[in-house]
Amino acid sequence: MRLLLITAMIAMSGFAARAEEAVTLKEAPGRDIVEGYCGACHSLDYPRINAGFLNREGWESEVDKMIKAYGAPIGDADAKTIVDYLTANYGSGG
Amino acid sequence: MISRRALIAGGALALAGSASPARLQAADKSFLPRGLPEGVYGTATLEALPGKKPLIKLSYRPPNYETPLSYFRSEFTPNDSFFVRYHLAGIPEEIDPAQWKLTVSGEGVARPLELTLSDLRANFDPVEVAAVCQCSGTRRGFSEPHVPGVQWGFGAVGNALWKGARLKDVLSRANVRPETVEVALNGADGPVLDGTPDFIKSIPLDKALDENTLIAYEMNGAPLPHYNGFPIRLVLPGWTATYWMKHLVSIEAVTKPFAGFWMKSAYRIPSGKFPIVQHFLSQMAAANEPITEMVINSMITAPAEGFTLHAGESADIRGVAWDGGYGIARVEISTDGGDTWREAELGEDVGRFAFRVFRFAFVPPRPGRYQVMARASNTIGQTQAEKLIFNPAGYNNNVVRPLTVNAV
Repeated sequence: MRLLLITAMIAMSGFAARAEEAVTLKEAPGRDIVEGYCGACHSLDYPRINAGFLNREGWESEVDKMIKAYGAPIGDADAKTIVDYLTANYGSGG
Repeated sequence: MISRRALIAGGALALAGSASPARLQAADKSFLPRGLPEGVYGTATLEALPGKKPLIKLSYRPPNYETPLSYFRSEFTPNDSFFVRYHLAGIPEEIDPAQWKLTVSGEGVARPLELTLSDLRANFDPVEVAAVCQCSGTRRGFSEPHVPGVQWGFGAVGNALWKGARLKDVLSRANVRPETVEVALNGADGPVLDGTPDFIKSIPLDKALDENTLIAYEMNGAPLPHYNGFPIRLVLPGWTATYWMKHLVSIEAVTKPFAGFWMKSAYRIPSGKFPIVQHFLSQMAAANEPITEMVINSMITAPAEGFTLHAGESADIRGVAWDGGYGIARVEISTDGGDTWREAELGEDVGRFAFRVFRFAFVPPRPGRYQVMARASNTIGQTQAEKLIFNPAGYNNNVVRPLTVNAV
């Protein structure tokens, strides 16, 4: 059915694309890598609404899920950059 | 009994006295309940998707928007206020209903079908059912400790009058075979990456053949809103919305348990922790099992958190209660933080799968702060949880939640 609808399907509406531009992540080392990989499949409000309660292990588990369960093509080095960034900027601090 | 009309009229009055959504957005985040992860307060906004009123935007892509508590004014949640939830960002746009095709296939059917919307409307008995559509993860944001995911507050839930063809009639037309174990459902939404599992859900054959399980083409007397699954979605009354496949394009009768990611790894609850009557027997594992029926729940929709009442004057405490289809027996209200409880008045019964409105006239005896709580019970003796039954995905949160009001 994906073939059937391929022409009708786009990743998101123009409406959401414009609104989404307002969502930014904190300026810190690794931000471009995070925005590039994470933003490919979902808007950047996802890490923001999950801010403040995950420690490094928690963010590792999330990034690992994106790679293993959802097939995100992220290499080890970039995955570490992403975990470092999320832990430092959106982590629990614990 | 209080009439539905009276409740709606009361609601409209209360609404007129409160801030408009536009003002709330500009002023503060008071449209958000207490207790969510801190990141939600700096990120969530009130915004309108096309065809929708401003809802609480938790994520743009895929779109996840919940209904503010103040919008729940009656048994039925208006289409333009109904919550929006997608897993994958490849969602269809510009759907031409005249071109829509629903395929019915799989090893379990002897006569595969391809149906148009006209076929569904013309060739199958139309059936209506009032039913709550509730995201498995509604109230995840209140989990203690917090768990990752879309940080829903109260509003990933709504009740509508659904109209459509019975799934069992469609399966019968396809000559479903007795060796069918489950029926797998796919919608037109899909992943961005090839490596991401498409969102496909299966349901047990007995639920597929239940007379209340519909392929719905109308919601509250109108076509489904785009973001609620236009032109057709599955309606599985009593069970959580993960099974209510939107933009339904394929139904596959399978003779072995469906093994996709969204069944085997996602939407599972720890076994034995919840008072669940209906289990998904072909999908059980040692430690966990699929989420199935909704746990009994309620929410106070007025007054709002922090609202100011007047000592000695009566004010209505209003809300809605629902469960997995056993029927609400009573709702009790406490205004002293749970020390004492009194029964609320129940509104019209519009069906065992639907919201049941409740109302309680509260006269604050003296100025001060009051902890108000609602606690629903159903006809099979179930009551809302007093303490959170923690689970890693934050599902089935039906803890009685106090809200504070002030009397002057």
